Amino acid sequence: MNLMDPVQVFRMEAAELFVVIEEGLLDLLGDLSNQAQIDAVFRGLHTLKGSGSMFGFEALAAFTHHCETAFDRVRKGEVPATAELVAAVLEAQDHMKALVDTPNGDHEATGNGLLAKLQAAVGAKAAQGCVVAAPLPAAVAGTSSAAAPAATRWRLRFRLPVNAMANGTNPLGLLDELADLGDCTIKADTSAIPSLDAIEPDDLHIGWTVELTTTQPQPRAAIEDVFIFVMDDMEMVLEEVSSAPAPAVASAPTPALAPTSVALPLADAAPSEPARAVNTAPAIADAKQTKPAAENVRVPAERLDELMDRVGELVIAQSRLSQLAGVSADIQLRSVSEDVERLSGELRDTMMVLRMVPVGSLFGRFRRLVHDLARETGKEIELVTEGETTEVDKTVIERLADPLVHLVRNSIDHGLEMPEDRLASGKARAGRVTLSARQAGGEVIITIRDDGRGIDRERVRAKAEASGLIQPGQMLLDQELLQLILQPGFSTAAQITSLSGRGVGMDVVKKTVEALRGVIDMQSTPGEGSEISLRIPLTLAIIDGLLVRVGTGSYVIPLSAVEECLELSAEEDLRSRGRSFISLRDHLVPFLRLRELFRTGTPPDRYQKMVVISTGNERVGLVVDQIIGDHQTVIKAMSKLHHDVVTFSGATILGDGNVALILDVTHLVTVGQQQEAQLRAAG
Amino acid sequence: MNKHIRKHETDLLWRDREDVAVLTFNLNGETFAIEATVVQEILDLLPETRVPGAKAFLGGVINFRGKVIPLADIRLAFGMEAGEATIDSRIIVVQLDIDGEPCLVGIRTDKVYEVTTLAQASSEPPPSIGMRWRADFIDCLVKRNGEFIIVPNLKKIFSVDVTPTGMLFTG
Repeated sequence: MNLMDPVQVFRMEAAELFVVIEEGLLDLLGDLSNQAQIDAVFRGLHTLKGSGSMFGFEALAAFTHHCETAFDRVRKGEVPATAELVAAVLEAQDHMKALVDTPNGDHEATGNGLLAKLQAAVGAKAAQGCVVAAPLPAAVAGTSSAAAPAATRWRLRFRLPVNAMANGTNPLGLLDELADLGDCTIKADTSAIPSLDAIEPDDLHIGWTVELTTTQPQPRAAIEDVFIFVMDDMEMVLEEVSSAPAPAVASAPTPALAPTSVALPLADAAPSEPARAVNTAPAIADAKQTKPAAENVRVPAERLDELMDRVGELVIAQSRLSQLAGVSADIQLRSVSEDVERLSGELRDTMMVLRMVPVGSLFGRFRRLVHDLARETGKEIELVTEGETTEVDKTVIERLADPLVHLVRNSIDHGLEMPEDRLASGKARAGRVTLSARQAGGEVIITIRDDGRGIDRERVRAKAEASGLIQPGQMLLDQELLQLILQPGFSTAAQITSLSGRGVGMDVVKKTVEALRGVIDMQSTPGEGSEISLRIPLTLAIIDGLLVRVGTGSYVIPLSAVEECLELSAEEDLRSRGRSFISLRDHLVPFLRLRELFRTGTPPDRYQKMVVISTGNERVGLVVDQIIGDHQTVIKAMSKLHHDVVTFSGATILGDGNVALILDVTHLVTVGQQQEAQLRAAG
Repeated sequence: MNKHIRKHETDLLWRDREDVAVLTFNLNGETFAIEATVVQEILDLLPETRVPGAKAFLGGVINFRGKVIPLADIRLAFGMEAGEATIDSRIIVVQLDIDGEPCLVGIRTDKVYEVTTLAQASSEPPPSIGMRWRADFIDCLVKRNGEFIIVPNLKKIFSVDVTPTGMLFTG
């Protein structure tokens, strides 16, 4: 279970590479001379090719090689980056995805078609070299001598780990690759070879000194690339020497850099060595510092969930400890308890951060979508993203992907006008779709905004009436009218195109967002555009809740839904019996007596409290016996056996070890609204 | 698998085994048995949280080592009277496979006896008539020392393919 299927690992890696490549390509579209992006795309393609062939995706490697070659030429300035080339590679990239998914499928025809396009894009000259689908050349493409930058001389001393050969590294291969970079003189450093009786035939005791004259544009990177797979364990000193002829010292036998224990016997033979070894030590440190790798560890999500569970339990145990310490006179116990409280709080915060990923990873996908949609619809679209660094729980991001795709499609398809129409109404030719994310309190707000024609309220009304969602002529608030679009029965048959007609419907968007305990707000100004905001809680695992008591049971109401708390005065309580409405600042708010709903069977407290909760613009009051206060809640899912209970979205464990149920706000509000509708109908 | 067409539900417990280790317990004076391998733990009574709107026999949840698990009173599923908690009352935590997912459930008992071995030879299917309880909730009866031990069909009792109640608020 601990070892992941290497093919699966490659697929994950490939998926990430595709994102990098695609982003690079799309950035290039905006600025064709952007060298950094050209390099990024090239590196992505190169890595994809390398890993692909390593994991047996030969077809992928061979195909990718052609794209890589094309970009290599761009990188070296032999051919210019053009929009056609970028488009061809984008298309080719989709083919690569297919090759990753079904490596054994029949892709040859598609592949050849794409390659032909690619060749056309880089010009006929390239075609000569590439049209024959040659077996993959493993070596890094050679340097073009035509536009050779000034040659540089490098001195490289390296020593591989003793077990390098046992691990499958072939030092000769590395030396060959170095030789491909330019003229080089290679000297073996045999000083560390132990005496014959101590020698292990599989161990590698030889180090090398290489003097390399290269014309590579980025020689250091090129040299380091050679060692990319062994870099972590090896010792290497890489220094640029002046272009002048090498000093005589360089050709002297090179010392061992950091003699291992097996290297000792021969050390006597070269008495000057230890001192020099000391001198090289700082150089090693330098070499390491120049590569400050941002290290990432790939962890299966369920392990994070397990860890989260443990942390949750720890928080609960800690709050019990705090309670005990609170009533104890033992100073030492109290101080330990405070330490544990602080630590578990920090641990929980760290844990939360572990699950957070920047929303930019989600937005990134839309650039491609918009690019494709622009081509499909003939509209000109500018995608603006804001707040990519806003961090959201990973699960939330994953689940939001599909709804957001649908919303963006909708905006582009229904919202944005054709360029001519836009010009006619005095707008810029290109329509603008803005995706933005920001954090507000415990929520993240993701907004899709377009500057198109806005939602046609009359059409929405007509459709809703036609499909029986509302009565003809029924009075609706503007927000209510707009929200009709999200209703399951809302048919957009007249407007379905190849774009918005496929994929999930708007009601699925609504369901997904609600499942994430989020809400959708909509705004639209005719002629100026629409804005749809998804307000989603930052995390699914912990919420701030309001702890209340109903009868003898404790319940948690998610604090994000709470609008206000008030006391239900005795006469109001009496007066409202039977109709369950309260007038709140001139608005009638329906309310539910939780005591009755939960059939508590205990006498009510003398002063009943009301908690007003809302989702969007719908409000419902919940009458409870007592409001206990704020409670940070680790959410535990309800058992599968309790899935028939819709009133509660989960449970939590209180400081005393008891369980409190978390009320499902959306459900309660719906019930309240139903009750209101019934009463209206009756009245 | 499909070659063996079940003669009766006893295959659930025996699965071609001669004898099976079980945990026996008391409910309203009757002796019940659950296969020992599904038993996770035996607990003293814990504070129970009522779940309004849940099925009567699954009316509460408990905190089992930081997990919130349902507490079942299978008496109510059988249509027996709920009994008062006594000093001998215990909760047996079992792990069941519900729709392919492992699921922990606490079962309330009046008294837990012992882990013992039941022989298939002395088992018989539940009689279709003359039973006080729903026959389909009983896996088999096993005769031992002159009394019948009831082996409940927990899977059937907890099967989740009941229509969502949700009646709490929609009425």
